[in-house]
Amino acid sequence: MSENILRIENATMQFGGVVAVDNLNLEINQGEIVALIGPNGAGKTTAFNVVTGVYQPTNGAVWFCGEKIIENHPQGKMKKLYKGQHDGEYQHVLAPTPDRITKLGMARTFQNIRLWKSQTVFDNVLIAKHCRTTSNVFSATFRLNRKEEAAQRAEVEELLEIVGLSDVRGELATSLPYGKQRRLEIARALAAEPKLLLLDEPAAGMNPQETDELTAFIAEIRDRFRLTVFLIEHHMNLVMDISDRIYVLDFGELIAQGTPAEIQNNQRVIDAYLGVAEDA
Amino acid sequence: MTNSKQRQKLILMAAVLVVLLAASMAVDAALPSYHIAIKVIKKATVYALVAVSMNLLNGFTGLFSLGQAGFMLLGAFSYGVLTIPVAKRPGVYQYFDGGAIQFSLPEIFSGFLGDTVGSTVGMLLALLVGGLLAALMAWLIGLPVLRLKSDYLAIATLGFAEILRAFFQWNALGPVTNGSNLLKNYPDFTHATSYIILAGLLVAVIVLLINSTYGRAFKAIRDDEVAAEAMGINLAKHKRMAFIISSFFAGVGGGMLAMYNGTIAAASFKSTMTYEILLIVVIGGIGSISGSVIASFLYIFSSEWLLRGLDSGKFLGINAPGLFKNGFRMAVFSVIIMVIVLFFRRGLMGDRELPDLLDRKPKRRKEAAGK
Repeated sequence: MSENILRIENATMQFGGVVAVDNLNLEINQGEIVALIGPNGAGKTTAFNVVTGVYQPTNGAVWFCGEKIIENHPQGKMKKLYKGQHDGEYQHVLAPTPDRITKLGMARTFQNIRLWKSQTVFDNVLIAKHCRTTSNVFSATFRLNRKEEAAQRAEVEELLEIVGLSDVRGELATSLPYGKQRRLEIARALAAEPKLLLLDEPAAGMNPQETDELTAFIAEIRDRFRLTVFLIEHHMNLVMDISDRIYVLDFGELIAQGTPAEIQNNQRVIDAYLGVAEDA
Repeated sequence: MTNSKQRQKLILMAAVLVVLLAASMAVDAALPSYHIAIKVIKKATVYALVAVSMNLLNGFTGLFSLGQAGFMLLGAFSYGVLTIPVAKRPGVYQYFDGGAIQFSLPEIFSGFLGDTVGSTVGMLLALLVGGLLAALMAWLIGLPVLRLKSDYLAIATLGFAEILRAFFQWNALGPVTNGSNLLKNYPDFTHATSYIILAGLLVAVIVLLINSTYGRAFKAIRDDEVAAEAMGINLAKHKRMAFIISSFFAGVGGGMLAMYNGTIAAASFKSTMTYEILLIVVIGGIGSISGSVIASFLYIFSSEWLLRGLDSGKFLGINAPGLFKNGFRMAVFSVIIMVIVLFFRRGLMGDRELPDLLDRKPKRRKEAAGK
């Protein structure tokens, strides 16, 4: 139990009649880099949104660091509509908001970059530290929290140094080139001091060279911050290079799991990606 | 790079403040308190405070609320009810047997602090109570209303302000609010400088808040709610906090407006008042504190003084009673505002502050060099 940091248990996410994620079971161990891949529309981002609290799963549970953090069962009109499995197995409702989950030690990036546009690079990272602030609004307003503020600023300074963005710290976040914005988003997630880092297509829109840099970067921060990384990605080079294990989704269902070598030779995965020849 | 620059900015701001303060003291000393210049400074200061409080919510947290007049009304009534001298209450509450409340904070404090100090403390305390009451109301209506977004939030808060205004005119509350009759005869700060110092201190608190970790969280919510929540900022809590704090300052501003006006009537806290303040915020720049302050002075100065002649027959030495009559001022004013909005699309200051004007040029040069 203490081995795995994240466990998704029988999670089903159904929107109206559409089952976006169907009975997903997945485990991520401490220190691993695990990739979630699949064709477009397979439900990868939905799975992420379930884990991070953006969506409430229709049925199932999520465990984080040995503790059940999310649980739900079909309610209301979903009772009739529910098409998934394990109906009736879950009785409780646990639905923390995304900010609570982040405070528990999970931070994410977004598929379409979501930086705070009017803020500088430095402030983008500094704001992510807000969730670790202990001072209340009065002590913060009247500057009674100088020590904490200074410590946070120093940490952000250091973090920017590590990710190689300290030379642009005063620039507006949106004025950065694309690759650096991605990097900044990761830095921002790191500032929230996560145990588990979730990356939603971190290499989307990157050229091969940027992708290689990113691959090295992810491995580096994993070692440096003793992170566990869970990522969604389409760049197979990146996925095969750094993943310890891979899960493959297709039409919401888990169709394969295993090491990169196993996945590369899995016929179902190849079929899902390339399609099955009709007359073969 | 930053330290000397920051020091420069601080010195600039301090210099501006000292000059302003000196100017207002000079004006106070030279002119009688009923002079239009003093009136303009007082009203502009009050509007600046309320505009900044609205900017905190609309400009910095991205919550488009139009309830400002309602919170000001609460502050105004608290101030009036708590400060009218006991001896004058029978006259004020003539239809309600002298009213239900038979004490006056300035008088109570004069009892053991001496006349000047005591009444000032009492007046400040009454303003504070008004602010706290507005904050309490904000907490209450924030529970349901803050779940709404953008236009819906605006409509809900606007409705709340209107309901509150009607409620305060209700006769059953007469012993406290004097129904739809005026509250009057309460004390005022005679000097414009007192207004400037008080409002200045309150605005300074808002500036400190905005530059604190909570202010940064507000800005994050404004820029991208989803990202803010994903980075551990509790949306409900922070929105409520911004709403309550903004309302507190609006409440104090309302009390100060009552002071300036000399009378309080619920009927004057209409939605037009909110729009006036919104106008100031927009002209000054959404997300700029100094913009709101500057715009407030410009707005009040031109509407109360500069363009007054347009309504009374004589303007810039031109005598045209046929053209310059009641209402013409507002027509001209609308044209001016249109011109401002056309040429300063993001308001006079955009989202910059006064000290930022110092580093505008070097930044441009750097960009040019980069390209």
